[in-house]
Amino acid sequence: MKPETGIMIEFPLTGSDFEKAGEASSKIKRVLQQIGIRPEIIRRIAISAYEAELNVIIHAFRGVIRANIQPDCTTVSVEDEGPGIPNIELAMKEGYSTAPDHIREMGFGAGMGLPNMARCADEFSIQSKVGEGTQIVMTIRH
Amino acid sequence: MKKYFHSVRLLPDRCKGCVSCIKRCPTEAIRIRSGKAKIIESRCIDCGECIRRCSNHAKSAITDSIEDLSRFRYNIALPAPTLYAQFGADTPIEAILCGLKKLGFDAVFEVARGAEFVSRAIREYLAKGGYCRPAISSACPAVVRLIQVNFPELIDHLVPFAAPVEVAAKLARELARRREGLNPSDIGVWFITPCPAKMTAVRQPLGAEQSHISGAIAISKIYGDLLKSLPTEPADPACPRATHLGVGWAVSGGEASTLAPIHSLVIDEIHRVSEALDQVALGKLKHVDYIEALACAGGCIGGPLTVENRYVAEERMQHRAQGKQPVPVEDEMLEAVYRDVVDDGRLAIEPQPVMRMDDDIYQAISKVEVMEKTLGRLPGLDCGSCGSPSCKALAEDIAQGIASETDCVFKLREKVRDLAQEMVSLAEKLPPSLNK
Repeated sequence: MKPETGIMIEFPLTGSDFEKAGEASSKIKRVLQQIGIRPEIIRRIAISAYEAELNVIIHAFRGVIRANIQPDCTTVSVEDEGPGIPNIELAMKEGYSTAPDHIREMGFGAGMGLPNMARCADEFSIQSKVGEGTQIVMTIRH
Repeated sequence: MKKYFHSVRLLPDRCKGCVSCIKRCPTEAIRIRSGKAKIIESRCIDCGECIRRCSNHAKSAITDSIEDLSRFRYNIALPAPTLYAQFGADTPIEAILCGLKKLGFDAVFEVARGAEFVSRAIREYLAKGGYCRPAISSACPAVVRLIQVNFPELIDHLVPFAAPVEVAAKLARELARRREGLNPSDIGVWFITPCPAKMTAVRQPLGAEQSHISGAIAISKIYGDLLKSLPTEPADPACPRATHLGVGWAVSGGEASTLAPIHSLVIDEIHRVSEALDQVALGKLKHVDYIEALACAGGCIGGPLTVENRYVAEERMQHRAQGKQPVPVEDEMLEAVYRDVVDDGRLAIEPQPVMRMDDDIYQAISKVEVMEKTLGRLPGLDCGSCGSPSCKALAEDIAQGIASETDCVFKLREKVRDLAQEMVSLAEKLPPSLNK
């Protein structure tokens, strides 16, 4: 018995809701463990999902994170309504951050989010419109 | 899966089937079935949280006893440094060691001495660099098991050395063999243990084919006899003595303090350890060199098989640390064995993931789907009345076919109510022939 598609899990995210930060990615991690994906793959997916989740909470007003888990790969996608990224190339540089001081004081916003995601994913795409929001799609093969 | 030996057991006569233990277990390894707690062996990490938690004392740890010494011609006691904290600081360590000999041991060897060697091995390992950051201590067997079952992706972070007690056992055996000219099979090596996880590690060594330890005796079991055997006159235990650097391992932070000046993090209590390992898995603690992680709050002095309150024990250890320290004697034989221990390394620690719901990935995916849907219907109160630790765990058990939705008292009530309503509405309906 082979299911047609894998599992889709979805979580709404709210900007500045740090109390819930990390909940979506740890749920995604748990499901991957229950499915029996290899630990080193789970680790990459969990890190990319965590960074993506945190980005929305730090920068955007609201958003949604989805994980589509297939037998051979997982696709994590995030869409947010937020300020958007004016210069993606710059944002992809390690250490570059537009996080405001109060966020950095909480220990977030070190400018490692996007490069970290790109490093963990096998496929990575990002689209952003200033004043509207950002979409990121990452695929990690199992 | 290979048969797994566990030290933690249930005493069914005492178990009332309450839900204290299932809710406290860090790996969700306990279910209540037919009114009694049942331990899922593949998930149990022998941390002893359930022993600590159970107010009916229905959980216990299988350990050996003094009578088992008769199996060997020559017996060596390996006292955990935690043993020293069970006695007031006015009882010198020598007296405790001599007391053990009076109980029937031919020799003693301080586990703290083994700890000093492990400290040195870890210092050399960290100085060499090139390890997975942060390196994680392998001294606490419950933490190592937690990593095997819940954090298999972090196995490479564990330092590749045996726990101090294993090193001490190897050293003690070698000493006895060479000095007393004994046959290895005649030597019994007994660990005086503060915790069940170490008992398990003796029967089922982590990362090694066979343990050098013959058995483990709980501190709580030997305490009464030992108390009566303490010599009143100063005595010489005639064994290599450890300084407070080794003895300090009994208390949380003691191990890390021997590795200074590296940047280390000390975490104790198994649930806190789990939280911290989550952060390590997310790559957030890469700037830390070393993590000392201990399953018991306060470190080994907080072990479930100890006698003394952990804070009393901690104060006593501080007191001992300030007292006069034995002068370490250079011992060529110990040095040689130490090199063996380090060069020998140990076998790789295997992951034992227990989370996966099915060996077949398609089956696992459909089980997860069933689980998610079921979870949406459950009340989310996590009351534990169904015998599973949380609604999430019940949903998982239902998907695995080992529980049903009506195990939930709220779902059952809902069903009864619906049924009752249906009966009422059916009772009101009359066939047309009777309907006036």
